[in-house]
Amino acid sequence: MRYWRVPLDADQIKIPQGEIHLLVDRCKGCEFCVEFCPRGVLVMSSEYNPKGYHYPEVAHPELCVDCDLCEVICPDFAIFCLPKTEEVNDGAS
Amino acid sequence: MTQTKTTQPGSEQELKHPQDHLLRSDRLPHIWCATCGIGTVLKCFIEAIDRSKIPYDDIAIVSGIGCTGRVAGYVKLDSYHTTHGRAIPFATGLKLANRRLKVVVFSGDGDLSAIGGNHLIHAARRNMDITVVCVNNFIYGMTGGQAAPTTPGTAVTSTTPWGAFEPAFNLPQLLEACGASYVARWTSLHVRRLTKSFTEALLKKGFSFVEAIAPCSTLYARRNRLGSGYDLMKFYHDHSEIRHGADVNEVDIGFQDKITVGKFIDRDRPTWLELNDQQHEATLGEKYYRHAETIAAAAEADAAAPPTGTAEKTQDGGKDSGKDGGKNGGKDDSKEGSHA
Ligand SMILES: Cc1ncc(C[n+]2csc(CCOP(=O)(O)OP(=O)(O)O)c2C)c(N)n1
Ligand code: SF4
Ligand code: SF4
Ligand code: SF4
Ligand SMILES: [Mg+2]
Repeated sequence: MRYWRVPLDADQIKIPQGEIHLLVDRCKGCEFCVEFCPRGVLVMSSEYNPKGYHYPEVAHPELCVDCDLCEVICPDFAIFCLPKTEEVNDGAS
Repeated sequence: MTQTKTTQPGSEQELKHPQDHLLRSDRLPHIWCATCGIGTVLKCFIEAIDRSKIPYDDIAIVSGIGCTGRVAGYVKLDSYHTTHGRAIPFATGLKLANRRLKVVVFSGDGDLSAIGGNHLIHAARRNMDITVVCVNNFIYGMTGGQAAPTTPGTAVTSTTPWGAFEPAFNLPQLLEACGASYVARWTSLHVRRLTKSFTEALLKKGFSFVEAIAPCSTLYARRNRLGSGYDLMKFYHDHSEIRHGADVNEVDIGFQDKITVGKFIDRDRPTWLELNDQQHEATLGEKYYRHAETIAAAAEADAAAPPTGTAEKTQDGGKDSGKDGGKNGGKDDSKEGSHA
């Protein structure tokens, strides 16, 4: 990451890592997640989901900072991000 | 290329979206068109419910008719889908019958400011203790894109094929003039700030109003050759101006013009319930009791009581609620206790 001024505690800051999950069937291909992700993590797939929409896929997983913007802006409750370090909890408990 | 666990078609039932606990997920995908903004507004609202820490059982969502009105059917909370324009009177009744509830009206610009316009202004005047979320897409979405009182000048709609010409409502100005305690406006692009405003509005005493500008891709965007909701989101990005505390007389929206967003009003006024109690306690003294609280107390006693027919002997539910009614009210209202 480039800074206009390096923070004094830059060496102590750990950049979070996120992991993207997609409920493919819910996606309507609006591309909001791709357009507004600040890190350029996502691209649209050339594949179709069962409803005939293109859906996003992760092009640069290492760039995801778990900011959740894609999750919040998705109008279809289709995409979400979880912190990468933790084991994935599918919430089924 | 895809290395992370992106769920591929067929395996998605293992995954749960973090907001599925407040969604009737069996009804998803929802009916809203691709690039419609209503879903994003709902997403922010659900996040705000969790942030407000209001218990789910104490929240009720009321919607009118319209694409936005479908929200009542997607939230996994007590909700009611009323007739067109009547969400606010229904919500008012709900609040008066059970003061403990946080009652939220979630509806469209047409539902709230056209057919329901009178209810809107009077609820704000009374400072009725409800939150109103207005998704403003500048049009009647559900019925085919007719002009609304919010349609900005010269926009093409199915009822203004040569361009609208009527002056539009400036909703924050209207609500400020009527007396709302809290008034904010954001677009569906401003997800963080919109969520914050929803949280504040939910926790605000009195009448709170949040206007969420959102794209109607299929009718408003397409008819006006503005592309899709995706293009409108980019338009909001380039043409929104955040001005907290802006003079509400200056925040009207022109066709494809600058959109002023922010928190405009946050003030304290006595609510309708407070004024009602104050007036009647002053004039009726002992004879006045808070009717709605009596009903709520009786319902609570009913819920706490063991179901009739069980062998529990410790307490008798029916008599309990009868006692409650008697304690709080005059003799002539003893029938309150028997509403089981
Ligand atoms: C009494 C009555 N009149 C008219 C209608 C038709 N109608 C249904 S929704 C609607 C307008 C909805 O517009 P808005 O509230 O802006 O919701 P949107 O679909 O844009 O979200 C109208 C006129 C109706 N259902 N009932
Ligand atoms: S969490 Fe943030 S960085 Fe990661 S994909 Fe989503 S928007 Fe991009
Ligand atoms: S924002 Fe949601 S609906 Fe839109 S493309 Fe991304 S995942 Fe699909
Ligand atoms: S008609 Fe307009 S408001 Fe209704 S779902 Fe489609 S895009 Fe949204
Ligand atoms: Mg509308």
